[in-house]
Amino acid sequence: MSNFDQELDATGLNCPLPILRAKKSLASLDSGQVLHVIATDPGSVKDFEAFSKQTGNELMESSEDGGKFHFLIKKG
Amino acid sequence: MSQSEPKKLAIIATKGSLDWAYPPFILSSTAAALGYEVQIFFTFYGLQLLKKDMNLKVTSLGNPGMPMPMPMPVMLQALPGMQGMMTSMMKAKMKKKGIASVEELRDLCIESGVKMIGCQMTIDLFDFSATDLISEIELGGAATFFEFAGEADVTLFI
Repeated sequence: MSNFDQELDATGLNCPLPILRAKKSLASLDSGQVLHVIATDPGSVKDFEAFSKQTGNELMESSEDGGKFHFLIKKG
Repeated sequence: MSQSEPKKLAIIATKGSLDWAYPPFILSSTAAALGYEVQIFFTFYGLQLLKKDMNLKVTSLGNPGMPMPMPMPVMLQALPGMQGMMTSMMKAKMKKKGIASVEELRDLCIESGVKMIGCQMTIDLFDFSATDLISEIELGGAATFFEFAGEADVTLFI
């Protein structure tokens, strides 16, 4: 896992909360800074791809580790 | 983020049960997070979603698609207290699965600038008082809805 500026624990949360919380966290970051999101909702994998495509924030990394999904999102 | 005009989502919310409260609030809060400008027009039973105290219920009556913990004849499902029981069970299940409450989703919508319009005609029809409704709304009619919906990229009837 590369470096990140802020971490968001969205484990246990279901759709659409991981996306909504991520949006809120990104708002507090500067352009180019990276948010690390941890989620357990399997739907979040596809949703973070779609979120990034539509908002211009870059999904740098998407991975799974023991039932937890990790996303690195660079603010656009 | 593109600098062009934001996309627009227009929703008509017509249902006032706990289960049907979710689609308009989930879609609106998510669309707002994606940069959409969102407006919801609440009419008929959908007005229940604008009450300060929503107290929404869910029922299996007339809804054979609702999963039940055990098979139960429809006559039994109609017994007094069943609706309250089903509502408690549904809320407990949602909490366990990390699903937001309707109140939380509505707050997130308000916070993210989703515009909510209450149908004036419905308020008159059901003798609702504007003081029963949350303050973050506007009242209007069908023409008000079309002012926004006519320009919308996505329009949904829920």
